Amino acid sequence: MQEHTIRWPGEGLTRIPYALYSDAATAEQEQARIFRGNVWNFLCLDAEIAEPGSYRTTFAGATPVVVVRDADDEIYAFENRCAHRGALIALEKSGKAETFQCVYHAWSYNRQGDLTGVAFEKGVKGQGGMPPGFCKEEHGPRKLRIAVFCGLVFGSFSDDVPDIEDYLGPEICARIQRVLHKPVEVIGRFTQALPNNWKLYVENVKDSYHASLLHMFFTTFEINRLSQKGGVIVDASGGHHVSFSMIDPAAADSSYKDQAIRADNDRYRLKDPSLLAGFKEHDDGITLQILSVFPGFVLQQIQNCLAVRQVLPKGIESAELNWTYFGYADDTPEQRKVRLKQHNLVGPAGFISMEDGAVGGFVQRGIAGAAEMEAVVEMGGDHAGSSEGRATETSVRGFWKAYRHHMGA
Amino acid sequence: MIDIVQLAAFNAAYAHTIDSDALEQWPDFFTADCHYRITHIENEQQGLPAGIVYADSRAMLEDRIAALREANIFERQRYRHLIGMPMVESASADAAQAQTPFVVVRIMATGQSDVFATGVYRDRFVKVDGQLRLAERVAVCDSTVTDTLLVIPL
Repeated sequence: MQEHTIRWPGEGLTRIPYALYSDAATAEQEQARIFRGNVWNFLCLDAEIAEPGSYRTTFAGATPVVVVRDADDEIYAFENRCAHRGALIALEKSGKAETFQCVYHAWSYNRQGDLTGVAFEKGVKGQGGMPPGFCKEEHGPRKLRIAVFCGLVFGSFSDDVPDIEDYLGPEICARIQRVLHKPVEVIGRFTQALPNNWKLYVENVKDSYHASLLHMFFTTFEINRLSQKGGVIVDASGGHHVSFSMIDPAAADSSYKDQAIRADNDRYRLKDPSLLAGFKEHDDGITLQILSVFPGFVLQQIQNCLAVRQVLPKGIESAELNWTYFGYADDTPEQRKVRLKQHNLVGPAGFISMEDGAVGGFVQRGIAGAAEMEAVVEMGGDHAGSSEGRATETSVRGFWKAYRHHMGA
Repeated sequence: MIDIVQLAAFNAAYAHTIDSDALEQWPDFFTADCHYRITHIENEQQGLPAGIVYADSRAMLEDRIAALREANIFERQRYRHLIGMPMVESASADAAQAQTPFVVVRIMATGQSDVFATGVYRDRFVKVDGQLRLAERVAVCDSTVTDTLLVIPL
């Protein structure tokens, strides 16, 4: 294995070499050691491939993957790469298939990724064909292990990765269950092209320090954040996190009324506050929960606005962020409308998320001449554990703890 | 009778308003209870109702512009809209329905110009006090991908 080329300043997690965001060898190693290593990659929602034969094409890092439900109702995933010449097997983003056939030379596969047919295997009129010793069972795209947790479909190329519940740990599992406790329905998908290395976006998601500083929507419109009770949970591996906050229901009532009264005579108030008119769906009072799973999965609950996000590297200095907006299958039309309006908060045009699409690019451009220098990640000290306050970079350090573990760096 | 020339003139004024940064006037092209949404062709084909912008009132459009001016952080940029000929699906004295293709080039402060969005406006026009207004505009983008962020409306 090639020696790691980026020099970390020590064992700590408070200094991050900028070279990690632009180094080609590092990007290559990440594919093998992280995305095809001992991790669970988020692939899709169970609800997106609900029927036998339903499939989606996606990626585990850069590696193209087909994820499909077979007639036995089990989900299978395999590399989207024909065993013959390496062409993509499935070209559409989603669909329904009995079998898959590569367009190049018509080699075919069943829904479990087994090579089942080689065109002209026995030749034509006694001429050509594969050698008699060619064994289809020995050829095929690499298969992924599949784990489904609360309707989230994860895939792994590793035989050594722990079971999904052990991988996530009990606290992360509980916080996923909190949101994904009943069947969901997709209500839209959007992709945001990010002008930066994938890690800059993942760090941004985990960075609870920036939220009230970069995203000025709530403060500008004086939308009362009320009591800022909340905290950050980082799992034992460091790679997964939850950032949450809650409102005090007693305080909420009077403050929102107060806001409505002032709405008409103040320029910096929402003219249509129905954007934020929500309904209570959790007894714990948590109005915001951002959860990430290493390496690149995010589950988001912002009031009634629910989404999953998949972060995919696209080369070294660009990435793709796939947003899947969802509601619950038993939503009333009124509840669905609330979600559609609150989705204005997130996504590529989101009032409180659009900046995240640009800020990674500001870093990427800013560090262009500084490969030998380092970012300072010291807010809240040097530990990478859970924290009561959110003015901390503890979960960013957690990311690097897991990253260094997987990379052997 | 609302005709194609009136619709084309309306769209020319709409494009000029956005591209010349007169964004405070942009909501005036809509009715008070309008629907405005930005989505893309795959969501439309699959019947998925979400938008990256989803408004069901003119006041929400005004809030978009207020947020752009006062709250959201983004690099200086502007658009150049090229709006095609409306394909009029129906028209009467006080209402019309049309589909109109658009191309939006985004010009960054650095000088970089890129095709930011192409697609079709699916429009429902009405006459309000003799003035043409959009009761509904759904900007259906051809690409599922939005580069970096969308802050100025399409």
